[in-house]
Amino acid sequence: MTTVETPRDASAVISTTPQPGRSWRSLVSSTEIDTRLAGLIIALAAIWITFNILSGGDFLTARNLWNLSVQSTSIAVMATGMVLIIVSRNIDLSVGSLLGFIGYAMALVQTDGIFSFFGLNVHSSGLQDKTYIWILALAFGLALGAIVGAGQGFIVAYVGVPSFIVTLGGFLVWRGAIFRMGDKQGQTLAPLDSTFQLLGGGAKGSLGDTRSWLLAVVACAGIVLSIVLARRRRQRYELGVRPMWAEVGLGVLGCAAVILGIGLVANRYTSPVTNKATGVAYPVVILIGVTLVMTYLARRRRFGRYVYAYGGNPEAAELGGINTRRTVMLTFVLMGVLCAVSAAIQTARLNAAVTNLGVQNELDVIAAAVIGGTSFAGGIGTIPGAVLGAIVMQSLRSGMVLLKIDSPSQDIVVGVVLVTAVAIDSTLRQGRKRMALAALVVGLVISVIIIQSGRA
Amino acid sequence: MTELQTADGPSPAETTTPLVELRNIRVAFGGIHAVDDVSVDLYPGEVVGLVGGNGAGKSTLMHTLSGAHPADSGEIRINGQPVVIHKPRDARHYGVEVIYQRLALADNIDAAGNVFLGREKLTRTGALDDSAMASDTAKVIRRLNPHFKNLKTPVRSLSGGQRQSVAIARAVYFNAKILIMDEPTAALGPAETEQVRDLIKQLKSEGIGIFLISHDIHDVFDLADRISVMMTGRLVGTVDKLDVTKDEVLAMIIAGKPPDEISAEDIAELH
Repeated sequence: MTTVETPRDASAVISTTPQPGRSWRSLVSSTEIDTRLAGLIIALAAIWITFNILSGGDFLTARNLWNLSVQSTSIAVMATGMVLIIVSRNIDLSVGSLLGFIGYAMALVQTDGIFSFFGLNVHSSGLQDKTYIWILALAFGLALGAIVGAGQGFIVAYVGVPSFIVTLGGFLVWRGAIFRMGDKQGQTLAPLDSTFQLLGGGAKGSLGDTRSWLLAVVACAGIVLSIVLARRRRQRYELGVRPMWAEVGLGVLGCAAVILGIGLVANRYTSPVTNKATGVAYPVVILIGVTLVMTYLARRRRFGRYVYAYGGNPEAAELGGINTRRTVMLTFVLMGVLCAVSAAIQTARLNAAVTNLGVQNELDVIAAAVIGGTSFAGGIGTIPGAVLGAIVMQSLRSGMVLLKIDSPSQDIVVGVVLVTAVAIDSTLRQGRKRMALAALVVGLVISVIIIQSGRA
Repeated sequence: MTELQTADGPSPAETTTPLVELRNIRVAFGGIHAVDDVSVDLYPGEVVGLVGGNGAGKSTLMHTLSGAHPADSGEIRINGQPVVIHKPRDARHYGVEVIYQRLALADNIDAAGNVFLGREKLTRTGALDDSAMASDTAKVIRRLNPHFKNLKTPVRSLSGGQRQSVAIARAVYFNAKILIMDEPTAALGPAETEQVRDLIKQLKSEGIGIFLISHDIHDVFDLADRISVMMTGRLVGTVDKLDVTKDEVLAMIIAGKPPDEISAEDIAELH
């Protein structure tokens, strides 16, 4: 009875996209652009232009944008994981402490050898060859993140303790554990392995101009290829496709963004140390990789589908035969691994591990995810949105630093923007456009007052 | 209608093996027997109505068949073979599909994602094959509901009838042999209710056995061939629809007496 004949005539094919040209609205929807993401990009552009004007042209410089890109990476990497945690109706308050813990552990592997982590006093005796110590440290950190994440995830998913409580515990435990690691009692660990340092960006930690252009070529090819393949696949199944102009437009826009980003920012910024064009910094390359992998996991794999299904309706996911406990636990494993990635970036950038590494990062990470459109009601949120959210937050901070606004005032503005962003998002979701506009105006006015009165 | 003809002749009970036999099913929550020693059958192409007040144990009984909550004791036979059902996956393996009262759809995911939830089609690399799933969903849903268009939007934005189509498409696509419908029309308007009724008759004519849980005695009388009445976890009795009146079934629901013990006074009390 379910063997349905393939529709032969074209009229039997369901068009999933409306015909273009009817109205502005159908024109926009025919491109299938995520309007929330587009709104975020527009907001980011507005912030950049405003700060550029206020700072007298200091914001939109290659140097500032290059630094901005590097400074955003650590929070952005973790925010991609936080999206999946929040989408599946949980929270992770431990990420800042976990980052500090893993960062310290990775530094300890480099300064004292891996055995010192376990309290054994075999000071690097077995590790004469220092060439691969950075790989060992990184692998150890990633494994540690996965194990801690699995532990916290197990308690949340299988034991049934609310994630708020489990990770609040983790918040205290992992920060405290830094002081109990090895025999260091929390003293600063430095310097780190010279190859490891490259992960943080810095003077030598970037691709250089030739390889950056190579990256641009690969990225553009990837964009075009993915558009073509998606179109082919949909045509094969006789599903509606985007109008040609929208496909071409998206491809051109995507490639233009890549070329402009690399040509006008990454390769335009000359390193003060080497006096050469820096190119794309390694942490930014890492962030791009993490974003691609996480987006693939979230949108194209079963795991991601189950995370969103569970967030949308836990009961439906359960009744659909999904192993929801395993799914939830895996989100925490991923979060732990991403904490390790960020820990590597931060310690490498600092060329040291300190006990307060990552303090308050949990709040920045959650804020980035939420500004990026992730909803605490569950089931809603995107990886690229969270990355943009992190860039928005870092842009605000960088811009205010340029305007010489003190750190407490910066906190006020970021807090106001956070609440405003969510207010606009949730009111628009309910179709309350006037209330959204009111939220935008109030948020802007408060931010402007704080910024103007805080300028030194 | 075919069901009327078979009911006139020998009952299907004497002619074929039952599709489903639930034997002496018990489920207890704490000290309370939610289902206490209940036995019911279902034949191919038959609709069995399960009726009873709130807490009668109808849904819990069906959960033992759907794998949502396994039975504490008792036996389940499908096509005469004893089976063990612990999880929804087990039930699906035997062709048992459920359409829940609250539909059990993930609101934030589109129709295709919901139809294939837990049984996604994958590409060779193990990624979700969204195009294949969308294409198959379009075909099966159009058969159920020709007006259905919004395949790409999250099901949150669909009407009750469209959501019901998605839920039923999920069952139909995967070759359901046994369908459990828990209050399938509770959330629907009159026109949509009519649509679902037609659909039930269509599925029935294709040889699918349907357990229909309902509060609505009119629904049950319209659609069911046999009616099983439950009260406080026990089976009051199973009757052939053509042998009883609505009042008699109502009296069974309210008084909890088997059909032969229903007196004129019991029926009089209803009015």
